[in-house]
Amino acid sequence: MDSGQLFNLTTIAYFASMVLYIAYIATKSNKVATVATLAALTGFIIQTGALGMRWYESYVILGSDHGRAPLTNLYESVVFFAWSIIGVYLFMEWKYFKKYRAVGAFVLPIALFAMLWGQMSLNKSIDPLVPALQSNWLTYHVITCFIGYAGFAIAFGVSIMYLLKIGKEEKHQGPEPMGGILGMFPPTKVLDDLNYKAIMIGFPMLTLGIITGAAWAYYAWGTYWSWDPKETWSLIVWFIYAAFLHARFTRGWAGRKAAWLSLIGFGATMFCYLGVNLVLSGLHSYGGA
Amino acid sequence: MTETEKKQDFTDRIWDFFCSLKLTILLLLLLAVTSIIGTIIPQNSSAAEYIRLYGQSNYELFTSLQFTEMYGSTWFIALLALFCVNLICCSIKHFPRTWKFFKEPVRVATPGLLKNSSNKLDLHSKESPEAVLEKIKGTLDKDFAKTVRTDADGKIYLFAQKGIFSRLGAYMTHISIIVVLIGAIIGNVFGFKAFVNIPEGDSVSHVMTRDGSQRIDLGFEVRCDNFDVKFYPNTSRPMEYASDLVILKDGVEVYEKRIVVNDPLFFDGIIFYQSSYGQAGDPTISFQVTDSQSGESQEFNAPLRSRVQLADGYSVIVTDFTDNDRSFGPAMRMNMISPDGARGNPVVIWQNFPEFDERRGDRFSFAMLGFSQTYFTGLQVAKDPGVNIVWAGCIMMIIGPFVAFFMSHKRVWACIEQEDKVTKIQLAGNAHRNQAGFALAFDDLMQKVENAVKNDSPTKEG
Repeated sequence: MDSGQLFNLTTIAYFASMVLYIAYIATKSNKVATVATLAALTGFIIQTGALGMRWYESYVILGSDHGRAPLTNLYESVVFFAWSIIGVYLFMEWKYFKKYRAVGAFVLPIALFAMLWGQMSLNKSIDPLVPALQSNWLTYHVITCFIGYAGFAIAFGVSIMYLLKIGKEEKHQGPEPMGGILGMFPPTKVLDDLNYKAIMIGFPMLTLGIITGAAWAYYAWGTYWSWDPKETWSLIVWFIYAAFLHARFTRGWAGRKAAWLSLIGFGATMFCYLGVNLVLSGLHSYGGA
Repeated sequence: MTETEKKQDFTDRIWDFFCSLKLTILLLLLLAVTSIIGTIIPQNSSAAEYIRLYGQSNYELFTSLQFTEMYGSTWFIALLALFCVNLICCSIKHFPRTWKFFKEPVRVATPGLLKNSSNKLDLHSKESPEAVLEKIKGTLDKDFAKTVRTDADGKIYLFAQKGIFSRLGAYMTHISIIVVLIGAIIGNVFGFKAFVNIPEGDSVSHVMTRDGSQRIDLGFEVRCDNFDVKFYPNTSRPMEYASDLVILKDGVEVYEKRIVVNDPLFFDGIIFYQSSYGQAGDPTISFQVTDSQSGESQEFNAPLRSRVQLADGYSVIVTDFTDNDRSFGPAMRMNMISPDGARGNPVVIWQNFPEFDERRGDRFSFAMLGFSQTYFTGLQVAKDPGVNIVWAGCIMMIIGPFVAFFMSHKRVWACIEQEDKVTKIQLAGNAHRNQAGFALAFDDLMQKVENAVKNDSPTKEG
């Protein structure tokens, strides 16, 4: 069995998990939610194995001197992004929202989409690294950035739920809880708190990602910051989430506006991750293709 | 309203403006939005390039708005400066309140705190207040934090706290930004970014700044003994660029290192990075000529495109060479020139087939022996005396949010008093964030306190 097949199994598991999370919202059956979580966990474990396998395969294909962590091109990064999202999601579900698993229905699709894109249309070949990428900083930099991105992806899913629910909730009359699909969503107060918690994971990791990137740039090019488009966009993302973190303490900015900031932040994150490589050019251009 | 009051009012309003969180959010979003400009419009390109891309009138607009060097523009720096002022003002405004927790911890719980806290426990005991106190103190000291005792109004108060430093997390984060910026300014003012090309075997003692404006004396010499570029087998994908550098001070070799990309040479605060390479001068081809009339063979080392004299007025020019001709290996192309100056047809000679050229049946036959190409290594040279300050700021920027987000200031109070013949005990606790987590920990702690209080002190029997 090679890593490609394991990644296919992962994709199937994430698809099943997504369907089950949606089914949970429709059926309100806790058993379905538990199975959804188990499917996601199974996929995560398989994917962890697949990443290890691809790492090992790089040593087989490129020789014992040139093997490297599977974090070096667009395909590998997309797959690692999916892994990070599910990892952070499972951690947060276990730690913060066992009671509100409907969130899974809004997070799993992001990871599934990443896996599908990677498996179906990206170049999967294991190529040797050009000199600029031969550095341990690469591993630290990519891991921290993607855990940060994963936190923002979860905040994105939660923010969509918040914005879908808040309007209806404000119109909702009476003491009885809301019924229907929105009734399965966590209360908006909880969603607001989860949004904050996900960004509390994402923001320090992004900070660490930017700093490890700066350290790497210093050792490779002699300057820790050069306003290259990728660097600048990571800083733009940082500014937006910093604004989000302060918006929560500011009257008139909490609630809806904060949720919108979280959506915009994720849009900027995705542009930083993909848009910069596909649209703009700069130091990270070899990360594409 | 008197004149001074008006002034007071005005300065207050200015102060409030600089302290406001709304300004912080506005500035963060402004910085985010304006930063996009420089990722779309190329920075620091030539005027001709801008005019080609955007036209003359747009170029003039861009230069007047400083969009072509926007991250160093007056308005962007001003935004950053305003952001720093906002940071500092916010910190100054809020710090006294935070400092109070350090300087004047609330050791004596108010009745309101004991009554209304969401984390509390009320107990009774028949033992004396002092005996109960010992048990509670023992438990809190062991399972929470060191307690402080205060006696007031005939009651005994205990106070213990943990994680008070977490209140400084946000300040640390804010200061870290200032520290990074200070480091960056120091680097910009006292450092330089330069480049230099050194041909193999040569040395330099000066470098040019990247913008070409300044020639910098290094104070020592750098010699490049050798440059290598390696490719992955059977590909044109580069595997390694390496330069053997030697540092010389007053002509004496003091340090040497083989640098590759991602592994620079540090010397005397100046860093040399492998950045690029190129061919230095024409390659030299060596070949052997056999004259079939005299039977003599002769070897030559000739630069490309230079004329080599042979016997009886004949000469030869090597016009081209390659290190791999259609997988036959190294080859050169040459022209014979006869004594009357007529140039013959081009002839290709393969290094791996030295006897091949004899079959041509000409008076002179050739065998290629090899070629050598000297390279120059392209080095980025940088000096940044502010970089350690930047790293210090970065470390604070990592620790600060971590402390601010994931740690909390937890406090527990106890009040013990004699009421009739019963000892009344009230406990309360709070945390300044993560209340849910603290509630669980508090319940746990209170269970231990209750057990300790209810257990009679171990009496010695017998």
